[in-house]
Amino acid sequence: MKNAPVETGSFFQRDRTWHPAAYTPWYKTSVLRSPQKALISLDNTLSEITGPVFGHDIIGALDNDLIYNFAAPGESAIGQRIIVYGRVLDESGRGVPNVLVEFWQANAGGRYRHKKESYLAALDPNFGGCGRTITGEDGSYEFRTIKPGAYPWPNGPNDWRPSHIHFSIFGHGFAQRLITQMYFEGDPLIWRCPIVRTIPDKQAIEQLIAAVDMEATVPMDARAYKFDIVLRGRRSTMFENRMEGN
Amino acid sequence: MVQDFGRLKESPSQTAGPYVHIGATPNFSGITGVFPADLGATMVAEATKGERISIEGRVLDGTETALKDAVLEIWQADSAGLYNSPAEARGQADPAFSGWGRAATDMETGEFRFETIKPGRVPFRDGRMQAPHITFWIVARGINIGLHTRMYFADEESVNAEDPVLARIEHKVRIPTLVAPREGNTYRFDIHLQGERETVFFDI
Repeated sequence: MKNAPVETGSFFQRDRTWHPAAYTPWYKTSVLRSPQKALISLDNTLSEITGPVFGHDIIGALDNDLIYNFAAPGESAIGQRIIVYGRVLDESGRGVPNVLVEFWQANAGGRYRHKKESYLAALDPNFGGCGRTITGEDGSYEFRTIKPGAYPWPNGPNDWRPSHIHFSIFGHGFAQRLITQMYFEGDPLIWRCPIVRTIPDKQAIEQLIAAVDMEATVPMDARAYKFDIVLRGRRSTMFENRMEGN
Repeated sequence: MVQDFGRLKESPSQTAGPYVHIGATPNFSGITGVFPADLGATMVAEATKGERISIEGRVLDGTETALKDAVLEIWQADSAGLYNSPAEARGQADPAFSGWGRAATDMETGEFRFETIKPGRVPFRDGRMQAPHITFWIVARGINIGLHTRMYFADEESVNAEDPVLARIEHKVRIPTLVAPREGNTYRFDIHLQGERETVFFDI
């Protein structure tokens, strides 16, 4: 542990025009699941500034290797082998250490291992589709997986999700809690996707598109995609209102 | 031109989707052997201090239909009102209680359930005490950005009445959406995503 002061500042206000609105009728499920009343604004109290801590000891050796973490001994998942890596940063550009990052995805054919999943693409017996890791001191993380396939979903009569990986990220405060999705450079389905298009801003969408990185690619083995994730920034000036008791 | 702050923008949220369980509660979803247990499934150990309680409820859409694909997380103080977090500077929280829990709604009934302890009181920014409360975060297919709310306790009527966060709610008629009734050791907390009884959600 570094000898850093305890972080007790409140978080930067969330820019709700950068995020999707709750009600986005072209993504049909949002219609009945979107709050209609205004959110009540709440200055961060200790309940929002604090958050759970996950120790590195919860992470198993294969937790960040989806090619092998569900596979039978000697087997591996089918698909294009890729490495996904990057940093978890805050809006001030600082790496955020000790952040639990969880990820889940469809298999190479676009099929999820889930009892409610009905797509006719085949299950891969050696692919589960979940993984997790914890960021290092500089906020860095990485995992190995196969590139997920695109798949059709019941929204419009012919809507397809682009290849994507779901991410769940814990910051240091519960107010930083975030779930998002990573897309792949060059996928023509990105700009056709109703879920992608819940995000109103083109630059914001591009923030979720990972670029292929030949310098991090392992030759003859796995291509690399770089995906940085940004969490809300934290106030830290000496004139920030101190929480009671600090 | 002036100096650039050089700040970044927060990554935009995307829905957790219908298969959030694969990542958040893989054992619950039938993917076993990858992680030994689902994180946040057990909050209370024998050594945990405090009154044992259960919280049960459903997440209801605009037709009052229960969501069968939601995941909820809760975050709370220990029985003395301390958070088990590095940002907690007032003292050492109960080491036998992390304060964080995660549960999926049942795929048939839509019911969720947490086994936890009743939290102590935590100060507001100005030092006034807040009423005991538990922070909730709800994600699901069709929810584009996770929803933050709070559960208060119906048997804490007098301190609820002076809670600075509840006092912030202009339309007092909405406050009961945050107050869970008690029966035995179980609190019932139904979350209404929209409609006349829409739960108060916070922009924190």
